[in-house]
Amino acid sequence: MSGFFDLPSDLQHSYLGLVGLHLREALLPVLAGLIVSLPVAQLCVRFRWIYPPVLGVTTVLYAIPSLAFFVVLIDYFGQSETTVMVPLALYSLVVLVPAIVDGVRSVPPETLAAAQAMGFGPVRRYLQVQLPIAVPAIIAGLRVATVSSISLVSVGMLIGNQGALGNMLYDAQTYERSALAVNSVLTIGVLGVLADGVLVLVRLLLTPWMPRKGAGR
Amino acid sequence: MRAPTARAVRRPRGPLPANVQKRARSRLFPQQARIGRTRRARGVLIRIDSVTKRYPDGTVAVDRLSLEIPDRSITVLVGPSGCGKTTTLRMINRMVEPTEGSILLDGRDIRQQPVNTLRRSMGYVIQNAGLFQHRTILDNIATVPRLLGWTKQKARARAAELMERVGLDSALAKRYPYQLSGGQQQRVGVARALAADPPVLLMDEPFSAVDPVVRKGLQDELLRIQDELGKTIVFVTHDIDEAIKLGTKVAVLRTGGRLAQFAPPAELLSAPADLFVEDFLGADRGIRRLSFFPAAGLELETAPVVPIDADAGEIASRAAAPYLLVTDPDGRPLGWSEPDKLTAGAVDREQLLDHGRPFVPATDSLRTALDGAVLSPTGWAVAVDGEGRTVGVISQQVIGEAIRDAHSRVAERADAKAGR
Repeated sequence: MSGFFDLPSDLQHSYLGLVGLHLREALLPVLAGLIVSLPVAQLCVRFRWIYPPVLGVTTVLYAIPSLAFFVVLIDYFGQSETTVMVPLALYSLVVLVPAIVDGVRSVPPETLAAAQAMGFGPVRRYLQVQLPIAVPAIIAGLRVATVSSISLVSVGMLIGNQGALGNMLYDAQTYERSALAVNSVLTIGVLGVLADGVLVLVRLLLTPWMPRKGAGR
Repeated sequence: MRAPTARAVRRPRGPLPANVQKRARSRLFPQQARIGRTRRARGVLIRIDSVTKRYPDGTVAVDRLSLEIPDRSITVLVGPSGCGKTTTLRMINRMVEPTEGSILLDGRDIRQQPVNTLRRSMGYVIQNAGLFQHRTILDNIATVPRLLGWTKQKARARAAELMERVGLDSALAKRYPYQLSGGQQQRVGVARALAADPPVLLMDEPFSAVDPVVRKGLQDELLRIQDELGKTIVFVTHDIDEAIKLGTKVAVLRTGGRLAQFAPPAELLSAPADLFVEDFLGADRGIRRLSFFPAAGLELETAPVVPIDADAGEIASRAAAPYLLVTDPDGRPLGWSEPDKLTAGAVDREQLLDHGRPFVPATDSLRTALDGAVLSPTGWAVAVDGEGRTVGVISQQVIGEAIRDAHSRVAERADAKAGR
């Protein structure tokens, strides 16, 4: 019996190597999703009428099974990480776009009026007023998107060894080593909790201006 | 008399030559120099010229409004909701563009300069302050200077100076808006508007969301700041009392955005243009108008005043009055009593009738004096000096005569002015 963290050689990575790979496959799509969501959300705030259709599209994208994406994407990207990451990025939109829209809309109207009256142009107003005030809502969205992405990466094993820690589940079956499955599930869980914790910390650092529980006026 | 040589050494009185003044100003406040280039000491700074705002759905918010807003004074726009007062204010800094008409700032059409340059030259204070919740108090105040390209250090130094000016503790500098009370936030709002020393200050119901006590404090503070800085302030409110208290001139607007009357507050109270203005002023405009008449000329009586340690003879000599005011040995009023209930040397303070709120003739108005008389159970008001020592008493009847005299003097002046 080999050790808990000794992995079969067909996984082609050490345990820590898999953890790194898993994080990369999970976080890059969320980052890409955020980069796409920011301008899309701003368009939705600016032109209210496009928000419902945008929401519809992101929801439909989210409803498409990853397997279906893989079938199409393998033609373009092969059995690669990219094939796994593209659907994950698209899934993240369903959380991130509404989070950013709500965040930007949560800026009080008198704050916006004050900014306008003081001579902020639209770009400056977006970058210096709306976006910073939307940070709590954006990070709330990022937390959901990140944790869900970390768990979803595992399906990459379906296209052959692209599921990072998820690949251990396959090997657990093949080699009848249930400890591998336990390890995979636990590690993914821990990664999710840690990533969430990091985001909470980031929010605390970015928003010293938010009322804290326990700290009165 | 001063020797002529001494005078020659001193700097010449009066304004500096225009070119020197302009240079000095443009170095300190580049923005103001541009705006104030042709400004006269007292004149019309903002001319609103038959301006109409009609929305696409046909609603008319402002209807052919013309106003001349004088320099270095507080002009209040007041009226019921839907009278277009906020719309008018927002047209001055082009947050709303008029459908017709034009607005001139210092003789120049406001559309002649870039909109953000215009806005940075006008401070703006809004209801609920509209502070940037994600910035510290100091950085909130430093906003416009930063937009104008000041260094962070210079902008923050200026912000710290303004915190002091509006009466904010410097310990609040590093706090965030949520940590401040409503009144403090509103002070920050005023400081932020003043930060770049703009010649114009636009205030949109700035004090309506705070409680009455804090509001009174903020109003007094604004008047004090205005005394020091002499800005051209356009102030919007729905509160006629606030308008009368703050306004050098008050523009009453009626629903549909039409001007009902534009006059100094005293004139508004004495001669409302029509029924609408009269209604809007409320039922007690006669009483409120008394605020504009000083109490200094009232003929006070000293006979009915006795110190608590007076002897029997002194009390008896004043017994002609229906009531006597008893004061402590220093002259501070204690209360009223009927003369025959006073026993020399054994006055029971508990038995005295309440003397109401005394007024200070030097600083108070006829309104305060009358209020004191009305509140007093004897119908007599007590006048005191700055230290609270009794200087005399006066009856409602005498105050009433003084009011009639004051009214007739005003009427005579108005007649003389009209050339009748």
